[in-house]
Amino acid sequence: MSTAVTERSLGAQMLRNRNLLIGGALTVVFAAAALISFLWVPYPVDGVDIANKIKPPSAAHPFGTDHFGRDILSMIMVGARTSIAVAIVAVGIGMLFGVPLGLWAAARKGTLLDEVIMRGNDLVFAFPSLLIAIMITAIFGPSAVNAIIAIGIFNIPVFARLTRSGALALWQRDFILAARVAGKGSARISFEHILPNVANLLIVQGTIQFSLGILAEAGLSYVGLGAQPPIPSWGRMLAESQTMISFAPHMALFPGLAILLTVLGLNLMGDGLRDMFDPKLRRGR
Amino acid sequence: MMFKPFRTGLVSALALAGAVSAAQADGSLTVAMQLEPPHLDPTSAAAAAIDSVLYSNVYEGLTRFASDGSVVPGLARSWDISEDGLTYTFHLAEGVTFHDGSAFDAEDVKFSLDRARAEDSTNAQKGLFAAIDTVEVTDPLTVVVTLSKPTGSFLFNMAWGDAVIVAPESADTLQTTPNGTGAFKFADWVQGDRIELVKNPDYWGTPAVLDEATFKFISDPTAAFAAVMAEDVDVFYSFPAPENLPQFDMDPRFKVLAGSTEGETILAMNNKLPPLDDVRVREAVAHAINRQEIIDGAMFGYGTPIGSFFPPHNPDYVDLTGLSDYDPEKSKALLEEAGVTLPVRLKMTLPPPSYARRGGEIIAAQLRQVGIEAQIENVEWAQWLETTFRGKDYGMTIVSHVEPMDIGSLANPDYYTQYDNADFQAVIEELSVTADPAQRSELFKQAQTMLAEDYVAGFLFQMALLTVAKTEVEGLWVNMPTPAVDLTAVHWAN
Repeated sequence: MSTAVTERSLGAQMLRNRNLLIGGALTVVFAAAALISFLWVPYPVDGVDIANKIKPPSAAHPFGTDHFGRDILSMIMVGARTSIAVAIVAVGIGMLFGVPLGLWAAARKGTLLDEVIMRGNDLVFAFPSLLIAIMITAIFGPSAVNAIIAIGIFNIPVFARLTRSGALALWQRDFILAARVAGKGSARISFEHILPNVANLLIVQGTIQFSLGILAEAGLSYVGLGAQPPIPSWGRMLAESQTMISFAPHMALFPGLAILLTVLGLNLMGDGLRDMFDPKLRRGR
Repeated sequence: MMFKPFRTGLVSALALAGAVSAAQADGSLTVAMQLEPPHLDPTSAAAAAIDSVLYSNVYEGLTRFASDGSVVPGLARSWDISEDGLTYTFHLAEGVTFHDGSAFDAEDVKFSLDRARAEDSTNAQKGLFAAIDTVEVTDPLTVVVTLSKPTGSFLFNMAWGDAVIVAPESADTLQTTPNGTGAFKFADWVQGDRIELVKNPDYWGTPAVLDEATFKFISDPTAAFAAVMAEDVDVFYSFPAPENLPQFDMDPRFKVLAGSTEGETILAMNNKLPPLDDVRVREAVAHAINRQEIIDGAMFGYGTPIGSFFPPHNPDYVDLTGLSDYDPEKSKALLEEAGVTLPVRLKMTLPPPSYARRGGEIIAAQLRQVGIEAQIENVEWAQWLETTFRGKDYGMTIVSHVEPMDIGSLANPDYYTQYDNADFQAVIEELSVTADPAQRSELFKQAQTMLAEDYVAGFLFQMALLTVAKTEVEGLWVNMPTPAVDLTAVHWAN
């Protein structure tokens, strides 16, 4: 089959795939908001303007202002940066450590090493992740960096397991056998032949983990253990608006919506990508 | 007329609610507060929550605080002070019994004072009794207390919750079953939820109006708001979320009482940590602070600006706010003069109360304007006590000092402020041995001025006591001269 045909059908599938379209659009909106905030925000977010506090949405402040008179739209834009940065690095940590561990375990299937790696993963899995995150930030002090590490650690077993199970199936395939006959070592086979073939799986899982990372960051910030003020964070915005929800619902509504829509978007995108990559569901191959 | 059925339903619901609150109004009251006492013996713990529930309601001392902070007779109906100010003869009230039925007499006073000042005493404020040399019983209704040095504040000291009179027979069980002489008797404590008091029918003085009083403990500000709105509680003492008060104010069912407290809220600075050891840097911090913005932003307008470590409602107060007025240009000039490299980076630890968390963010933004970068770290109380208060590992922090007459605590060079000025220490030392009111007033003024001129801390505002109550509740203390919810005069309007 020619590559042109595959590409066309891929593009057509992307357009037909409603999950992917909606999810992708939502994700792009928030990524764009975060990127734009580096260059321009409607109002600065590191100052306070008490005279303008708790203003409902208006033309000047489309999302209103918070209890310090800061513009909520600007806060959400800069907060998106925090959420995305924490989630990206956390997923990165998970992939960086998890994927090689998974490949290694698969290459040494059935050996003691495989056992050690996988039981180690089970151990991390067995702990409630948010509680451990709270413990880590309680010991090392609350900060965005510690939140990243805490969330990242729990991404490692997710990627290790996924990589291992994907790789195990591949090791049985003929083209791997051919590579072995050609004299390639297992490390080289893992990175040259196995990894490219599990990449689809990893991208789908990465998207889902990314949304979980955003949720986890919001959760940690909500209890005061995520990014510290004055760095804006969606979770902390929610926590701070809690006692004012009866007379200033906009203060909770917009950061809440931001979290909801971003997580929804990433999940839809993950589902869409899975539909597209999963060979069983793919048509026209 | 599609709204009619709904409106009828609403009216009957309101009528029902009215019936319920009318039934409540006969003589029971539910008071909510944030913190639950760890136990119920005010003579063996520093926790203010113990006094809040029990002071004057269950336990009484020789003297007591009135709602305006003045010291009035308690179990001692009158007293004579010798010429040299060393001998106090207390004449006790007659016909007083403890709640367990045993009689109160001079022996109980001697026991209580001796117990509090003993070597192995667990009293949290042993300093109150430090001046006592001997306590002698001359007859069942007369006690003579001899002091080792004249102490101007002795009657004031005896009014504290830590100095209440207890009976020897029950002194060891007070933590679970309080036994005092007050107008209310302890009835029940459901831990984690409430403490119930009932009227003491045999009270020696003016009896309480209420038949029953319940203290409920609600720590979460959102839950506190809901409890008041749903009328689950009649009074919320020291309401934690000032942002909700305008809503209560507009609601005809409730009234908001804004009173004064002894809580000086300060931006404490570590006086030994460079560059804060340079008075010019501390002065720069002080001039960078806009107090009104903090009061409006963190406390929603409740609070009085202060310029030193002294409450504005005290007659000896001097207004020194002018020494540290908001002047960012002066701040920048002072920082330049001090020769520090900008930006100055300082760690700011913030304990959980909203005045600290919100105030800290506002101050950090204000300091940034003059080139001081405050790195905020939000901590829990236990951590704050450990690292900031005891460990002194901090640059700045925000806290409200709620003890009455606590200006002397800054004279301790090992205090967390690490302020070490021999002249100030001498003034405080002199205060402790001066009884003459005019001289004391002069010394207090001197001490306040010294603190303000040394810019020991960023003096922010005097904490307001914010109480939300149902409109018909009368007789509540508006101010908080000591942590207490004195219910002895509280009653329903109808």
